[in-house]
Amino acid sequence: MKFALMVSEGPYTHQSSDTAWQFAKAALESGHEIFRVFFYHDGVNNGTRFTAPPQDDRHIVNRWSELAEEYGLDLVVCVAAAQRRGIIDADEAKRHGKDGDNIAPGFRISGLGQLIEAGIEADRLLQFGD
Amino acid sequence: MLHTINKSPFEKNSLESCLRLAKPGHDILLIEDAVYAATSGTIVSELVEAAMEDKNVSVLGPDLASRGIDEARLLKGIGIVDYAGFVDLTVKNDKVQSWL
Repeated sequence: MKFALMVSEGPYTHQSSDTAWQFAKAALESGHEIFRVFFYHDGVNNGTRFTAPPQDDRHIVNRWSELAEEYGLDLVVCVAAAQRRGIIDADEAKRHGKDGDNIAPGFRISGLGQLIEAGIEADRLLQFGD
Repeated sequence: MLHTINKSPFEKNSLESCLRLAKPGHDILLIEDAVYAATSGTIVSELVEAAMEDKNVSVLGPDLASRGIDEARLLKGIGIVDYAGFVDLTVKNDKVQSWL
């Protein structure tokens, strides 16, 4: 079965980023497909590689990147939500005259149409958030 | 239809909103802080017990464990699932509504 997930809460906030990752992992390990994970609102903070939690804490951002590499996940960050919160890739940095980018490996920045497409293409769309 | 609730019933009214609108036969899964709604002897216990008469209420086991809630404290008849069981519930139901 094909799943699409939407994450609308930041990492280390309550628990939704963790639950979404655990759900994605369990679904993939059961042989299901994740069509896309769409990060919206504060959820875009899942996509910055500058995150540096204490060593004995789980690294939520790296966990997504590793899962994306292992299963070829499509991790999409909403562009408008990302710009407001300073989540930026090389193209956006150039466009806005910023001195660097911080998008994490496996993530890409795109628009809300990607969420709509995920809702159409996937058999199930689940929201994790506040 | 599957309903997931992730907020404590002592913090938000997500549980009440869900139970007011869920239909008989629906599945309800309590996750994150909503697992507190599955414990006995609380102000929402009767509400959850009433819902269990015609709906299937279950709770995410790992979220119980991470809060130190012993299974003995749960309302009778509540099912416990792991993340794979959560996935199975979303496969079984063609729609999933998240109550946040």
